[in-house]
Amino acid sequence: MAQAQKKFLYVNRKAPHGSIYALESLEVVLIGAAFEQAVSLAFLDDGVFQLARGQNTKGIGAKNFSGTYRALGDYDVRDLYVERESLEERGLSTDDLLEITHDTDDEEDIPSIKIVSRAEMADIMASQDVILSF
Amino acid sequence: MKFGIVVNEGPYTHQASDTAYQFAKAALDKGHEVVRVFFYHDGVNNATRLTVPPQDERNVQRNWSELGAKHNLDMVVCIAAAQRRGILDENEAKRQGKDANNIAPGFRISGLGQLIEAGILADRLVVFGD
Repeated sequence: MAQAQKKFLYVNRKAPHGSIYALESLEVVLIGAAFEQAVSLAFLDDGVFQLARGQNTKGIGAKNFSGTYRALGDYDVRDLYVERESLEERGLSTDDLLEITHDTDDEEDIPSIKIVSRAEMADIMASQDVILSF
Repeated sequence: MKFGIVVNEGPYTHQASDTAYQFAKAALDKGHEVVRVFFYHDGVNNATRLTVPPQDERNVQRNWSELGAKHNLDMVVCIAAAQRRGILDENEAKRQGKDANNIAPGFRISGLGQLIEAGILADRLVVFGD
């Protein structure tokens, strides 16, 4: 594609289940990876629950797609920004989140999740070209 | 300016699709370009030609179809979201062994790559509905 690379941010604001937004957001991220843009993800509000470890969806008959987040590194999605205030408001800490890592040419198993403040999240959003909010 | 428009809600329950339509119409009237309208999530439900709203109400699907015809808009429905929700064109109906299709005039079914491409091509990608 001839166009210059753009910065895409996918903003995830809803719990993983109860609505389809989280799953269909992830589908865009995976498809979008083929376009070789600069992609990062933001998790805020109930969206932080998407990264909770130990999810079990058997009781609700929905697909448990939480494992897919751990594969994002293979799609060159290396920055997952999680808002600290959203975690705290829900009684969550980093210990409750999935371990998500990526490799670079020089290093392996680099953590992808970055905890940022609400103010920092605003700066991250301001620096994007395209924001898709789900 | 080149706008890309994303519609994430279906007709009638929420105003998002109407607002997106009004936005597109206003932008086009002002001489701006709309490079693509992409329908995702329940937004795919704007593309069924089988809705029959009461006669004294607006027809959301027809609004889009008419605007699309007038301005030769590229109105794309996400295939994965459409299949989940029963929006099929003739090809898809045949491929999936279904006995009917329901896509409205002016819409076409394609992949999510079209959404990403709209983000790349447009100066501003404007998202309607949460």
